[in-house]
Amino acid sequence: MMPDLGKYAVWVLSAYGAALVLIAALVIQSIWRDRKMARMLAEVEMRSVRQDGDRG
Amino acid sequence: MSIWEYANPVRFMRLSDRVLPWLAALSAILMLVALVWGFFFTPDDYRQGSTVKIIFIHVPSAMIAINAWVMMLIASLIWLVRRHHVSALAAKAAAPVGAVMTMIALVTGAVWGEPMWGTWWAWDPRLTSFLILFLFYLGYIALWAAIDNPDTAADLTSVLAIVGSVFAVLSRYAALIWNQGLHQGASLSMDRAEHVADVFYYPLVTAIIAFILLFVTLVILRTRTEIRARRLRALLAREARE
Repeated sequence: MMPDLGKYAVWVLSAYGAALVLIAALVIQSIWRDRKMARMLAEVEMRSVRQDGDRG
Repeated sequence: MSIWEYANPVRFMRLSDRVLPWLAALSAILMLVALVWGFFFTPDDYRQGSTVKIIFIHVPSAMIAINAWVMMLIASLIWLVRRHHVSALAAKAAAPVGAVMTMIALVTGAVWGEPMWGTWWAWDPRLTSFLILFLFYLGYIALWAAIDNPDTAADLTSVLAIVGSVFAVLSRYAALIWNQGLHQGASLSMDRAEHVADVFYYPLVTAIIAFILLFVTLVILRTRTEIRARRLRALLAREARE
């Protein structure tokens, strides 16, 4: 299944490897930060609603 | 209904929540198809051998690197003229994506250049303008991080986006303007005679569409994060005042 990359195998695999690692890191960091921010915002909004309720 | 209604953060969050899963799935599938097609099912080039397969990541990432800055420029101008917060936050969200795409273009270009040109790097007009574009991305991200007041940060980064657009344009046209250096001209053109061969053309166009979809998906996701971060900051500031 693996194509014969000949004498340039190292270059082609390095280019694809580097690109895929960078794209994966960007996607994972974007999702991780979005989830973290959503969780933090939900906590603060909950606290804010509770405080407003306590004040009547 | 006006397009400006989507500049309302609540409306943007509601719409993007519905669209994002579909966009993410479509970009993942298309990216898989494009890279598998390009890597496994295209022949070697008669001069470049198997290194021609690098085109399927190098060209799309370079196109996104340039056009991400153009998108940031438009969003920044909308912020400066109409003061829509979502547009400023969308520009902020696009910068890390553009920076990573520029880095991919630089790295894959260097890896491609070494066996073909005999060097990793040359102070060629297109390579140099791309490196400067990358530094502009880093400067833009650093400027957002350095200023506490989000409106002031949006104002100053918008000015930086306008200045940096010179290098985004140069990155695209440097090879034509100076007509010198190692880098070739465009791989895709309105003139069919200048195209890469069809066997490379179709997977390349597929890869470009996949990268565009990935960019749009990530910018929408990161804009949502920035909107949440802005709301969080406002709530924490209110708590601190009480």
